[in-house]
Amino acid sequence: MINLNIDGKYVKVPKGATILDAAKQLGIEIPTLCHLDLHDLGVVNKAASCRICVVEVKGRRNLAPACATPVTEGMEVHTNTMRVLNARKTVLELLLSDHPKDCLTCAKSGQCDLQDLAERFCLRENRYEGGAQSTYKKDVSPAIARDMDKCIMCRRCETMCNDVQTVGALSGVNRGFNAVVAPAFDMPLEESVCTFCGQCVAVCPTGALVERDYSWQVIEAIADPDKVVVVQTAPAVRAALGECFGMEPGTLVTGKMASALRQMGFNYVFDTDFAADLTIMEEGAELLDRITRFLSGDKSVRLPILTSCCPAWVKFFEHQYPDLLDVPSTAKSPQQMFGAIAKNYLAEKLGIPREKLVVVSVMPCLAKKYECARPEFAVNGNPDVDISITTRELAHLIKRANIDFMSLPEGDFDSPLGESTGAAVIFGTTGGVIEAATRTAVEWLTGKPLDDVNFTALRGLEGCREAKLKVGDLELHIGIAHELGNARKLLDSIRAGTVEPFHAIEIMACPGGCIGGGGQPYHHGEMEIIRKRAQAIYREDEGKTRRKSHENPDIIKLYEEYLGKPLGEKSHHLLHTHYFKRHKI
Amino acid sequence: MANVRMHVLVCGGTGCTSSRSLEIVDALRAEIKAQGLAEEVKVVIAGCFGFCEKGPIVKISPDNTFYVQVTPEDAKEIVAEHIVKGRKVSRLLYVDPKTTEHISDSKHMDFYKKQLRIALRNCGFLDPENIGEYIARDGYMALGKALFEMTPKEVVDEVKKSGLRGRGGGGFPTGLKWEIAASYKADQKYVICNADEGDPGAFMDRSVLEGDPHSIIEAMAICGYAIGASKGVVYIRAEYPLAVERLQKAIVAARETGLLGNNILGSDFSFDIDMYYGAGAFVCGEETALIRSLQSERGEPTSKPPFPAESGFWGKPSNVNNVETFANIPVIFLKGAEWFASIGTAKSKGTKVFALAGKVNNVGLVEVPMGTTLREVIFDIGGGIRNGKKFKAAQTGGPSGGCLTEKFLDTPIDYDNLIAAGSMMGSGGMIVLDEDDCMVNVAKFYLGFTVEESCGKCTPCRVGNKRMLEMLEKISEGKATEKDLGRLRELAGIIKDTSLCGLGQTAPNPVLSTLDNFYDEYLAHVRDKRCPAGKCKSLMQYVIDPAKCKGCTMCAKVCPAGAISGKVKEPHVINQDKCVKCGACFATCKFGAISKR
Repeated sequence: MINLNIDGKYVKVPKGATILDAAKQLGIEIPTLCHLDLHDLGVVNKAASCRICVVEVKGRRNLAPACATPVTEGMEVHTNTMRVLNARKTVLELLLSDHPKDCLTCAKSGQCDLQDLAERFCLRENRYEGGAQSTYKKDVSPAIARDMDKCIMCRRCETMCNDVQTVGALSGVNRGFNAVVAPAFDMPLEESVCTFCGQCVAVCPTGALVERDYSWQVIEAIADPDKVVVVQTAPAVRAALGECFGMEPGTLVTGKMASALRQMGFNYVFDTDFAADLTIMEEGAELLDRITRFLSGDKSVRLPILTSCCPAWVKFFEHQYPDLLDVPSTAKSPQQMFGAIAKNYLAEKLGIPREKLVVVSVMPCLAKKYECARPEFAVNGNPDVDISITTRELAHLIKRANIDFMSLPEGDFDSPLGESTGAAVIFGTTGGVIEAATRTAVEWLTGKPLDDVNFTALRGLEGCREAKLKVGDLELHIGIAHELGNARKLLDSIRAGTVEPFHAIEIMACPGGCIGGGGQPYHHGEMEIIRKRAQAIYREDEGKTRRKSHENPDIIKLYEEYLGKPLGEKSHHLLHTHYFKRHKI
Repeated sequence: MANVRMHVLVCGGTGCTSSRSLEIVDALRAEIKAQGLAEEVKVVIAGCFGFCEKGPIVKISPDNTFYVQVTPEDAKEIVAEHIVKGRKVSRLLYVDPKTTEHISDSKHMDFYKKQLRIALRNCGFLDPENIGEYIARDGYMALGKALFEMTPKEVVDEVKKSGLRGRGGGGFPTGLKWEIAASYKADQKYVICNADEGDPGAFMDRSVLEGDPHSIIEAMAICGYAIGASKGVVYIRAEYPLAVERLQKAIVAARETGLLGNNILGSDFSFDIDMYYGAGAFVCGEETALIRSLQSERGEPTSKPPFPAESGFWGKPSNVNNVETFANIPVIFLKGAEWFASIGTAKSKGTKVFALAGKVNNVGLVEVPMGTTLREVIFDIGGGIRNGKKFKAAQTGGPSGGCLTEKFLDTPIDYDNLIAAGSMMGSGGMIVLDEDDCMVNVAKFYLGFTVEESCGKCTPCRVGNKRMLEMLEKISEGKATEKDLGRLRELAGIIKDTSLCGLGQTAPNPVLSTLDNFYDEYLAHVRDKRCPAGKCKSLMQYVIDPAKCKGCTMCAKVCPAGAISGKVKEPHVINQDKCVKCGACFATCKFGAISKR
């Protein structure tokens, strides 16, 4: 342990801790901007580039960045001297001198770390207001909008994109005053290897990276008397939406959300969870099929089966592992399964053409915006899912609709696409999809009901996990990875043959799975928020009477009435897809 | 070499090469061949002689005749007269400006008299592409001595004892750096040579690499032995093609001779060197940025600690020294640390190479013992200020340094004195300024350089330096107030205090040092809207003295802006609103009627 003194108080911290860590222990809140530390998820940005956190260290010539300076024995630190405060104020003035002053119309207003700092420092004028602000062209992709005039070079997005996700779409370009973060050759994000996971957006402290906002299109669709507008909400949304209304992280707002959506004017309020159960039917059947064929000696079977419900992960392997396109499950994601069922089964039921039906999805995700725009998910140009909005956009829509969210009654989803099981809910967190699939596959394999549906070995927040489950004579070897960098690690080790062969692997692009998605309320670097969302998801699962997808009565009915059987012809047509080889850089 | 009676050394440095020195080589060889002397007279492309002012230089040994400003057309005469008949070509000899005497041996020239060449010891004395010549001048003996007579710890101690400090700018004690790198245990360590010389006008590292590449290879191997590294890396600017080529050839030759590779000279020590090319980013001279660049990452510095000695190239302990530092190493082992430590001042040992440039008569590469005064460098070696103008300041330390005024002319130059005087040693750029130089402009030039070369990583350097530059522009345009001078100084202080790396921390130095030493000049710009040196265009006017103007109309004819009017044989006037201050009228007037105001 290392002893040091900060602002006259003594503190003892482990070796390797930074001044910032030590100060935190004393309750001293040193301001930070570029710093990001979600070390439980392997997400750490220690660029030490913004210089907002500088402190005075006795005996040191210049000021030290608290976020990146390791403590030493006997260190004497001052965090609030005139020298420090003046330096911080100046650094902030410099940052603001090269930042647009359009806070009122900025997508990040109210959530902007830079704005918060300006407020905290009581800046009323800027002594260093300067000349020509660098101007960059704005880049708008289907999912992410980039405005590099607002980039403060904190490099969090780069850390996410390169170190955590190993996608490599974003990196520092240009030098000096003109330096920003951009794709190579300044190509539009849409043409790059970007997976639209949205983690850059999730960590951007300013409005430089935000989601492409489709909320107005939702208002227009609802207002259109010729349209029937249905909405589906992903499992992770209900565990986080409350945060936008000041509720404690981890508060479940499933019922209030359903009420709000109904009040907003959606004709039908459905649940993506229904489609998650459907996904398990198809993916579970596929897993079972591959394992059975494998065990019977079929050499053509590709194992492990990889989940395919995360569109960022799908785009990732299309770019990075084009030789493995036949390995992932062909099952569409729940969002797209829902869209296909809505535009076919539901439209038929309602007796309207698919063009009259507008399917809106509320997702914790930015890649879903990209996914629903993929051409293979449209019929004659009419997409299965028309508009995908994020949890954040939904919160804004609720506020704009003058709805007092807190006082809403607990509503319910509509039938037939609103019924779901606990297995579907846990799709929202890492390990959830594979646990849901396991619940169904094990019962199908053994023909016996499970004693305990909780496969706790599959839970947790570790980046790469594995578990062995005894199922009759078979030992199922299951792998789980969240964050694309961990997915890469796992895939590479499978390729290198350094791990025991797996039967199935679940992969989610975002830290913690969908609960940590790029469309969720901003976590501002608070690890606890992600943990609490995960707990909420498991709470919702436990509260459900049915916790196995194949027991969802509306799913059973859907197969009886319409689809036939899992992996059947109709399923194959509506619920399965294929993948495309994409460029590597 | 047995039959060779005479060597003709032609400077192959970049400067002389640009003045056709390679054509001189061809002409000399052709002429020597024509005279049938090819067996006994050898023409060698040597490294830089340093006296760039008088280049291209051709030196003939063994009689040490030093011909200056030679052209390819002179080759015939040199061969016919000097080589064949033994008569010196006196018109090509250096003429002492004071005595007007012709001097044939360089050691009698003022330019060389006060120099002591340690780092540049071989430059101009050997064929850099011939390892045999380096060995003949005791090359690789220091390595042999280290490998067979000393333990790695003794090697480190010897360097510590010598008092050698880093010549790249920081002046960190080299022996201590080696000791720290040696103290870490690792399966792999690296010796990195920083050959990313970037200060404007500095070219000592290039000259060493061009003129004496083996000394660097030898020094790196010694360092590898001392710290326990088997791999060396040279990070060299791709814009130094000749240095790249010669170092590459030297590495190959050293490998072939068994001086690089496995079990060097039959010892247990193995060491080899790879070369990496830099793309010319100034910040890559900063060691952490250099290492990132080596790893194919964006060249930008990282927070220290960890220092490269602990976690450097690929996360392994690495020792980074610059070229000139390494160039001193072999001599320390040959002549002993005590000898080296006997040269220089109390805390700065040995010599320092300066790239002397600007308004001085003898520009060139100068190596002097630490403790030599600025006056000796500028007035004795440099031959004083050009055109009899008055000395104003010497800018040292490049973009990180400052300006030394007249009051520091007799201060002994060493690391600590320069810092105390508000400048720094830097890598050894020394630019002499005279009364015609505007100090605001000088500060603007250097700051413009750092703004251009900032990597953009940290806020103070990325935005702060840009804002300072804008303030300087405002000052030179006469748009600033005294309040701005206070702000400029305050911002400069904060940039120094908060920037991430050495580039940002020192970037305000030229501004601070000119503010400290030439505040009146700044005041003249902001208060009187006047540039005393007449350099700031916005603050200067060309005016016609009606008493002297003959009405010849020449000025009106050359004015590109149509700003001058007047009738023939009557005094003309300049419309200041239209004038673009190009100076064409000033240059054209035969009657001295136009002046700057």
